[in-house]
Amino acid sequence: MATITDVICPFCGTLCDDIEVVVNGSKIESARHACKIGNSKFLSINDIPRPIKPLIRENGASREASIDEAIAKAAEILSNSKRALLFGWSSTSCEATAVGIEIAEEIGGLIDGTTTVCHGPTVMAVQYVGLPSVTLGEIKNRADLVIYWGANPMHAHPRHLSRYSIFPRGYFRERGQQDRELIVVDVRKTDTAKIANHFIQVEFGKDYELLSALRMIVNGGELEEEEVAGVPKEKIIELADKMMNCQFGILFFGMGLTMSPGKHRNIDNAISLVKNLNRHTKFSIMPMRGHWNVTGFGEVMTWQTGYPFAVDFSRGYARYNPGETSANDVLQREEVDAVLVVASDPVAHFPRKSVAHLARVPMITIAPHHSLTTELSEIFIPSSMVGIEEEGTAYRMDTVPLFTRKVIDPPQGVLSDVEILKRILEKIREMR
Amino acid sequence: MSELVLKNGIVYDPINNVNGEKMDILVKDGKIVEKLNGNAKTIDCSGKIVMPGGIEIHSHMAGGKVNGGRLFQPEDHVRFAMPKTKVTRSGTGFSTPTTFLTGYLYSKMGYTTGMTAAMPPLMARHTHEELKDIPMIDKGAYCLTDGNWFIMKYLKNGEIEKCAAYVSWLLKATKGYVVKITNPCGTEAWGWGKNCRSLDDPAPYFDITPRELVKGLVEVNEILKLPHSVHLHANNCGRLGNFVTTLETFKVPNGTKPAAKRQIMHATHIQFHSYGGDTWHNFESKADEIAKAVNSNKNIVIDTGTVTLDHTTTMTADGPLEYYLQSLTHLKWMNRNVEMETSPGITPFIYSRKMPTASIQWAIGLELSLLIKDPWQVLMTTDHPNAGPFIRYPRIIAWLMSRKYREETASKVHKVIYDRSTIDGIDREYSFYDIAIVTRAGEAKALGLSDRKGHLGVGADADIAVYDINPSEIDPSRDYKEIEKKFSSAAYTIKDGEILVKNGEIVQTRYGRTLWVNSKVDGELEKEVMKDIEYNFKRYYSVNLANYPVREEVLTRSTEVTRSASV
Ligand code: SF4
Ligand SMILES: [Zn+2]
Repeated sequence: MATITDVICPFCGTLCDDIEVVVNGSKIESARHACKIGNSKFLSINDIPRPIKPLIRENGASREASIDEAIAKAAEILSNSKRALLFGWSSTSCEATAVGIEIAEEIGGLIDGTTTVCHGPTVMAVQYVGLPSVTLGEIKNRADLVIYWGANPMHAHPRHLSRYSIFPRGYFRERGQQDRELIVVDVRKTDTAKIANHFIQVEFGKDYELLSALRMIVNGGELEEEEVAGVPKEKIIELADKMMNCQFGILFFGMGLTMSPGKHRNIDNAISLVKNLNRHTKFSIMPMRGHWNVTGFGEVMTWQTGYPFAVDFSRGYARYNPGETSANDVLQREEVDAVLVVASDPVAHFPRKSVAHLARVPMITIAPHHSLTTELSEIFIPSSMVGIEEEGTAYRMDTVPLFTRKVIDPPQGVLSDVEILKRILEKIREMR
Repeated sequence: MSELVLKNGIVYDPINNVNGEKMDILVKDGKIVEKLNGNAKTIDCSGKIVMPGGIEIHSHMAGGKVNGGRLFQPEDHVRFAMPKTKVTRSGTGFSTPTTFLTGYLYSKMGYTTGMTAAMPPLMARHTHEELKDIPMIDKGAYCLTDGNWFIMKYLKNGEIEKCAAYVSWLLKATKGYVVKITNPCGTEAWGWGKNCRSLDDPAPYFDITPRELVKGLVEVNEILKLPHSVHLHANNCGRLGNFVTTLETFKVPNGTKPAAKRQIMHATHIQFHSYGGDTWHNFESKADEIAKAVNSNKNIVIDTGTVTLDHTTTMTADGPLEYYLQSLTHLKWMNRNVEMETSPGITPFIYSRKMPTASIQWAIGLELSLLIKDPWQVLMTTDHPNAGPFIRYPRIIAWLMSRKYREETASKVHKVIYDRSTIDGIDREYSFYDIAIVTRAGEAKALGLSDRKGHLGVGADADIAVYDINPSEIDPSRDYKEIEKKFSSAAYTIKDGEILVKNGEIVQTRYGRTLWVNSKVDGELEKEVMKDIEYNFKRYYSVNLANYPVREEVLTRSTEVTRSASV
């Protein structure tokens, strides 16, 4: 038995880096400090059966193939494609994404990540107004007012509250929770709302109105309505007062805000509210990014191509136009003639019309486990799990970079995403 | 490795006092040598200028803040794109070029080394990941120390040796090359939305003043005997009337001796620190006052931060400054306080020729270059991309070499420059020798790299730029457009003895070294300081200590520069 410390949990954007993993031979016994979902991710490597051999589907039937054959065939499909889509990336390393970008550039394809279906609106709002933010340690040390808006960390980011926002003792918040106030804004009373000092229930689809009302007060205006978005006037004024009078405030927002009607306009308004608040006090805002390395995908994309997602290389250089070059748009316009999926399950999450096209074109999937997407793929190449069986770089939701560790060997014969992608790229180059 | 002869070039090598002499430069195994065996490849350089490769001393080219600037400005990336070729990757971006493109663009101008100006320690891995993707040049990163809680506490308590041991550890942990100070104490104050507006305005709670912090870090830098001096972005950057703070800041190191043959302080992008006036209506250049102070103080080196009159991006660790700028322009704004360390911010900026302010700023950058007498003390930068993108260097060279070109530009900017700057009265024109100092030799000396870089003497790295300019045929004063063109597109860029650029085109790509300082201090002292580090990490950082240091594997051709401290 061996205990490996300071392990980084490759599950959610909280990216806890204090996990102690107990390894016993080829099994993981436990992952101390991890939350329930993090723990089950570590223990999932014990799952039997784990796919080992690549699968190739021909004439409706699947057969096992050698890794060399699967890679050669994948390279052939991509190399022959006129407009391939490379999708996924939020649950693999930055190193893997970098190779993905190189393949997309080489074949003049498109590359997009799960951002397109979660925080895409956030990115677009940031491109309009910016993003006054901080690292999570700043919040732990300074924040006296914490707001979660359309986010339920108790379920989606279980240790977010205990590591960074509400419970920890910080340098200027020695008593932890007692030195802070927690406010939750949501359409229903979530588990996070239940532990909040204040819960503000906003009518579904009315976040924009509530944000506007708050901005009006923060900017010195007078609220005329008795009620906005189902929230009584006094409550809105009270909330605005708390925001203006705290020493250090933070607004975390989740999919409840990005995916409700209004989308990027909601985020635009929330960011603008926070900007306005900086005339009164220190206030920051942060998206609650979901997948553990969805942030890292955006970072690598941005430094290599100039754009954070939805990039089209058909002209030999990167072009970006979400709505035109994003995954669902190219799929629904039936433009794509081949798809490579890495560490993602679009068949389970994409709209029906997109999935219909995924079913029509040759699809190659690289992932550690079976999924609806692997079921529908021409080629499935099982890979090792980054952050457990392979090391690699990831970025936390606040863009702090962390180098994830390897705690155990992958099953024999299973390669990493990086290795598989590099070999595909090499083969593609041989074919050209 | 190959052997090369650069034949009959007109050589400018100020470190070796070579001023436009016709001579051959011999290269073997990536170094400059005295003689060759005979089967070397010959490059005919007759009628061409040969200089050491250019060295960038201050550019925001890699890291979280730079990437933030890219991320929130897709419009900047539509402005310039370079498709993939047989040898190069594709790239986009005008003021915030992507990583591969950054390396190519520097190389095309004959640059072979570049330093990224501001790395927050917690984000060091990000900076190095981007540096890893910058090809063509040797590189290094400046480690931010301005709002650092350990440093503030040690200095407040007078524990200078412990402070030195901590900084030594920090440089190793982050693989940094330089102690960088941005808005001393102000970046901690920004944790509360506040700022430090004078040298005696203390950081809240930590109760240490910018004066004390800078003085302390100067001492620490010399205790550690680091290759470069402290690299300071002073308080009140970009503020009206800030020249007073700047003049006072120059005096702070007085009394401390440099541990090496170089300046005691590098004060960066001084254009942003030479402002007079107390409203934007009486805003004026104080470059003459600043120049006077530098002319009488041999221990200071500055870089200019010359404004190029472009639509660009401002990005600094000076969070309060970026907030202030966006409150003037109402453009988008990004901020990212980094726990216990510093507080970067980003906002786009348009230096419009029609605006009095931007016009005066343009004048100030050039006044500094022209009024400071000793070119070794006034290095050329645009504080990329803050005052303009680095791809404008050839234009600045042309401005410096031609009074006529300056007059032509002056006639197109706001006429306020004739009253509120001295630019119109300056006759001075730089020589090629001067240009070689302010773009490579001076940088090498200031950075403590002149043993291997910034010159063409035997033993130096074979980093060489050849420009298709014949000094005996061209009159830079009149043919300034030609000067600009030829410095934009090197006839050859040679890195470690390999030809990377020919006639302005990239012919092959290589990855350069990453330089960092392996600073050594007394073992016992280091152990003691480690205890403090461990204690504070457990409590106040959001990452574990074990996950903080950057591993050497991320660095391309990791090259440590070892320095043993006096403690
Ligand atoms: S909160 Fe997220 S990162 Fe932390 S242990 Fe749970 S799943 Fe893993
Ligand atoms: Zn700078």
